Amino acid sequence: MKTKRLVFYAALLAFTVLAPYLLPDFKTQLATLWLMIIVAITWDMTGGQMGYNSLGNIFFYGTGMYVAAVVTIAIPFDVGDYTNAFSDRIYEFTDTQYFVGTLVGTLAAGVFCALSALVIGYITFGLRGPYFAIGTLGVAIAAGELVSNWEWVGGGQGISLPVFPYDLELGKQFFYFLFAGTGVAAFAFAKWLYSTRFGAAINAIRDDEEKAEAMGIHTMRYKLTAWSLSAFFVGIAGGISAFQLIHFEPLETAYQTINLGIFMVVCVLLGGKGTLWGPVVGAIVFHLFKEVTWNYFLGWQWVALGTLIVVTVVYFRDGIMGWLMHTRPEWFGIRIESKQGEAPS
Amino acid sequence: MTHIIEVEGVSKAYGGVIANSNITMGVEAGGITGLIGPNGSGKTTLFNSIVGYHPIDSGSIRFDGREISRNSVQDIARMGLIRTFQQTRIYGKMNCVQNMLISLPHRKMSFLDSFSRNSSEDYEKADRLLEFVGLYEKRFLTGGSLSFGQQKLLEFAMALMNEPTALLLDEPTAGINPTLINGLIDRLKRANHEFGITLFVIEHNMRVIMNLASKIYCLAHGELLAEGRPDEIQKDQRVIDAYLGVH
Repeated sequence: MKTKRLVFYAALLAFTVLAPYLLPDFKTQLATLWLMIIVAITWDMTGGQMGYNSLGNIFFYGTGMYVAAVVTIAIPFDVGDYTNAFSDRIYEFTDTQYFVGTLVGTLAAGVFCALSALVIGYITFGLRGPYFAIGTLGVAIAAGELVSNWEWVGGGQGISLPVFPYDLELGKQFFYFLFAGTGVAAFAFAKWLYSTRFGAAINAIRDDEEKAEAMGIHTMRYKLTAWSLSAFFVGIAGGISAFQLIHFEPLETAYQTINLGIFMVVCVLLGGKGTLWGPVVGAIVFHLFKEVTWNYFLGWQWVALGTLIVVTVVYFRDGIMGWLMHTRPEWFGIRIESKQGEAPS
Repeated sequence: MTHIIEVEGVSKAYGGVIANSNITMGVEAGGITGLIGPNGSGKTTLFNSIVGYHPIDSGSIRFDGREISRNSVQDIARMGLIRTFQQTRIYGKMNCVQNMLISLPHRKMSFLDSFSRNSSEDYEKADRLLEFVGLYEKRFLTGGSLSFGQQKLLEFAMALMNEPTALLLDEPTAGINPTLINGLIDRLKRANHEFGITLFVIEHNMRVIMNLASKIYCLAHGELLAEGRPDEIQKDQRVIDAYLGVH
């Protein structure tokens, strides 16, 4: 059993590494798929495992983009001058500035988002159920509006970053591996986290928060930590996206509440809330579905997407992994041993 | 005789309804104290006041000498004062062992401890306590699939897992098969005796509470009606009247 699992993970890892060479035309597609996997896994940390359905995780994606960009620019230049420059001034980044910026900016994005999750969480975790969802959505929308009026970071125009300094195909590979590395790290981290007492505690908060409080579990501390950890990975993903997209603006790209902000939730619902593999499977199926409909049913793609959401929510609530767990519990090592007709004495 | 829980002049009203009026009582450390009274006499309200579910209007509640009437539920739980619920509350989607492991006393853990896995001792302890309440055979069933009575036993085991100093039990025998009640009385006594946990028990079943408690308080209409040893309470005319509805 153990070796089987090891082989399975090794094969997956090998495929992850070889994918951009096996499917050279789909490098950017695969990178986007990894982005979906990252945001789905991290959404499930609070949404599925802790029962706090955030519609505002996109805030961390957008904020990650801005933090990464601002840090990268601020190292060699003045940010206000850079973002408000017209064709009269040209800013050139050296290769070192580009790569140091990518590394430092992306990490700074992760750290900044983790910290901001603590602050926002402290305010919003008093809200429960749908109120938390709407409250966090409000934070994301407000942030988009605020940033689009903030001239120092380019306002509604957004920010342009330097292009990858080498060959374009190599750049695509570079971003694929950045996303894939973050995705693998997020998955491994989630897998470990759910096996600890921390994982059990956030599950307890999901199942009955009042009971968890009555048992003396530090609910607020766990909620803040869980969201902060998930925000860290989303911030990094946002940072990488900023460099991959080269140019981004606040409302449609960074704080894109109606696109990626909703897609991440749909991925998790489709794959199975509160399961380790659900977000991954959901993200893959969703991304395939989305790309197929966007390519072959253009004009009807939103209708198809809406239908998928309705069908999932109404008929398939446990998602793909939840359904598998019900029908094939032995695959997941779920044991139900009970002697028939025996009453507790 | 020291009191670990001291309630002094506690009043609590919900709008115009006075649920508790000027109640004073003490729970003896290391003993079993009973709380009885007809439906709606304010027993659960008093429990909720003690564990911090709602602020009290006036009076003082002390646990282990510390004033706790302004503390939150979690603070009080982390001091080692744990309660069970009248309508049982367990984590329905998890199996019994997981329910037990979550109930490990987080107050005794550092923040970093929570990022470690459960040790084999934790599993042994969970198994031992499930065995103690008679749910060992059902340990891999989800909490939600157990009967109401079994859920009560699981909740009791979870409370023991938390290693409380004092345990407030809200109707531990309600919904339990009458043939199993004797076994439960025995377990409550053993929990008190072997684990040294102070018990404060709300109970409607007179046979149970008379067997269990060494001191009983009786509430009626939100007021403290009588207190004393079980035999005194049984003979108290005011208590008998309250139960027969004279009041």
